[in-house]
Amino acid sequence: MGSWFRTIKLSIKSLLLHPMRSALTVLGIFIGVASVIWLLAMGEGIGRAAQEQIASLGARNVIVRTIKPSSDDVQDGGYGLTRNDYVRLLATVPTIDKAIPIRIVSQEFRYKTRNFEGRLVGSTPDYPLVTNLVQDQGRFLTDSDLERERNYCVLAAESAERLFPSGNALGKEIMVDDTFYKVVGVMQPRAPSAGIGGSLAAEDFSSDVYVPITTLWRRIGDMIVITKPGQFQRDLVEVSQITIQVDRRERVLQTADIVRETIALDHTLEDFGVTVPLELLQQAETTRLMFILFLGMIATISLVVGGIGIMNIMLATVTERTHEIGIRRALGAKRQDITRQFLVESTVLSLAGGLLGVLGGLFCRPLSVAARSLLEHWFPQQMETLPDLIRTVEPQLVSWSIPLAFAISLVVGILFGVYPALRAAQLDPIEALRHE
Amino acid sequence: MQAKNHTENLGKENRSEHSLAARLRDLSKDYVLSGETVHALRGVSFDVPQGDFISIMGPSGSGKSTLLNLLGCLDRPTSGTFLLGGDDVAHMNDDRLSETRASRIGFVFQSYNLLPALSVVENIEVPLYYSGQLNAAARNRCVELAEMVGLGSRLDHRPSELSGGQQQRVAIARSLVNDPRFILADEPTGNLDSATTEEILALLAQLNDEGRTIIIVTHEPDVAQQTRRTIVLLDGQILSDERLKPWEAGSAQLS
Ligand SMILES: Nc1ncnc2c1ncn2[C@@H]1O[C@H](COP(=O)(O)OP(=O)(O)OP(=O)(O)O)[C@@H](O)[C@H]1O
Ligand SMILES: [Mg+2]
Repeated sequence: MGSWFRTIKLSIKSLLLHPMRSALTVLGIFIGVASVIWLLAMGEGIGRAAQEQIASLGARNVIVRTIKPSSDDVQDGGYGLTRNDYVRLLATVPTIDKAIPIRIVSQEFRYKTRNFEGRLVGSTPDYPLVTNLVQDQGRFLTDSDLERERNYCVLAAESAERLFPSGNALGKEIMVDDTFYKVVGVMQPRAPSAGIGGSLAAEDFSSDVYVPITTLWRRIGDMIVITKPGQFQRDLVEVSQITIQVDRRERVLQTADIVRETIALDHTLEDFGVTVPLELLQQAETTRLMFILFLGMIATISLVVGGIGIMNIMLATVTERTHEIGIRRALGAKRQDITRQFLVESTVLSLAGGLLGVLGGLFCRPLSVAARSLLEHWFPQQMETLPDLIRTVEPQLVSWSIPLAFAISLVVGILFGVYPALRAAQLDPIEALRHE
Repeated sequence: MQAKNHTENLGKENRSEHSLAARLRDLSKDYVLSGETVHALRGVSFDVPQGDFISIMGPSGSGKSTLLNLLGCLDRPTSGTFLLGGDDVAHMNDDRLSETRASRIGFVFQSYNLLPALSVVENIEVPLYYSGQLNAAARNRCVELAEMVGLGSRLDHRPSELSGGQQQRVAIARSLVNDPRFILADEPTGNLDSATTEEILALLAQLNDEGRTIIIVTHEPDVAQQTRRTIVLLDGQILSDERLKPWEAGSAQLS
């Protein structure tokens, strides 16, 4: 044990004779080990982000959304999901636990002198359940509100904040499209849900106002007329979205297929899309795999290059120190003593790289944030095209990646140190002594 | 079979007669250099009694270093017998040779061969490291040895900070650290002036008086004159083997 300690001390001493050379040798291992830690941290970050997104969208949910077809196909201005689709889904798909029709219209909301533009969301009492909204004050909409098509509304946290900065929104009447709605509840703030590439954009719940969908149908109707400068557009849509909660998680994908077919029976246009948050898992898996392949390649290359660097330096060292080897052999060192000395030296080099790599790995979070903001600054367009998951991923250090990094650098040090060490040990003592 | 009997007989002789430090019989060493064979030693035979002090002389290329390397177990003979104590060196494997060098032989080189990165004491310690005796007591002995060779005040100096004579004294202290019976020196005074040569020889003579067997290679007749016996080599063979002083006179027994 003591002799190992001595050997290690000795090897550090002789490595420090050439500090610059040793430092450069260590660089490859440093990059390799840091890449391994980053790779695992990125993978973990993507995995967690996916889990969070799935949780926020609901793992058991299937989301059916109205998609506006290309304008040529729309004859009378009507498209999208219908009340009839909703009724049929409930009646024919047995695995549906709950289904919530949602109609979303952009509106201006007023209270006295205050006003803001937001989403008027017509829905049913189950809406908070499937979107993870939590009640803050008052109550949410009830079945009787829907039945009686009441002019009641519930405000999202930020909407309440905008119209009633001093609080106490309950009981007040806000004006939407020339109609007054009484505020019966306020929701707690909620983080926006993530988008799923393409079919489902990220959803921001912060400036919503919730009303009974029946009231919305009656007061606002299905027709939305948008007039922008130089453009006149009519949209006839009954239901913007139907969010379905499936009874069991295993049946989500199957249910999504049935839902798609059921709706398609009645639609000639391609005017709806079915999204399954659970599919995010697959997307995350692909992204994670991409990262692991990419960083894994970098790690492997730099570890091999680093290892070859170590081997190169060790071979040079063996040549430089041939005379020393001769002296030690003459004084009684066995071949294995010489092997050990050089092997320990290469391993110390490699472990030093590993240690620095672990430090580099620990800083991967601030570094990746910095790297991302730089990239966004220099290449904004290119960054836009990247999947959300990659743009927003937060690396999460995996605790076992640190022992793994040390194991890797130990293996590299030994693997690439063996040949030079054996060569040193094979030297003939007399020949080595003659070498100057 | 015959060789084995011969060996056993030698072993018996050893025990019955005065103990021998080494016995060489018909020792030869060939080097093969690019197809050509160089006969560095051709049939050398002599006995080394315990406590003898032998000088080996001869012209350059006569095989002196080759002989000393064989005696020091740095190399194996091509043929012949070399018994060190009772052990047949010709048939030792590399590890046994290393162990023998570590524990039974002290080697002193013409060019000192100290390790430049280590201090005086650390240099003296190196053989302990390989004989597995590195403990506090052995460390103290290193300091004592340094004091014995007159370097007690320079324990932490590097070899580059010492004179040639001082470096050679460190090398001698190093050769003694494992308490070997056998000290071999290849031109130990070759690089030193005459005054320093005298100091080193006095040190070797003192070690011999303590009972250690010493063999040195030298070119200087003055140096050879101060040993007990001179062997002259020529072309790898013994030209003469002359005793200058009786080795019994030294009452050579290790305590
Ligand atoms: N490793 C070797 N390979 C080939 N030939 C060698 C080797 N070592 C020694 N020789 C040859 O063996 C012969 C004896 O060499 P050795 O070194 O023993 O001479 P020496 O008596 O010590 O000479 P010097 O007084 O110059 O040191 C020489 O001819 C030398 O060339
Ligand atoms: Mg010589």
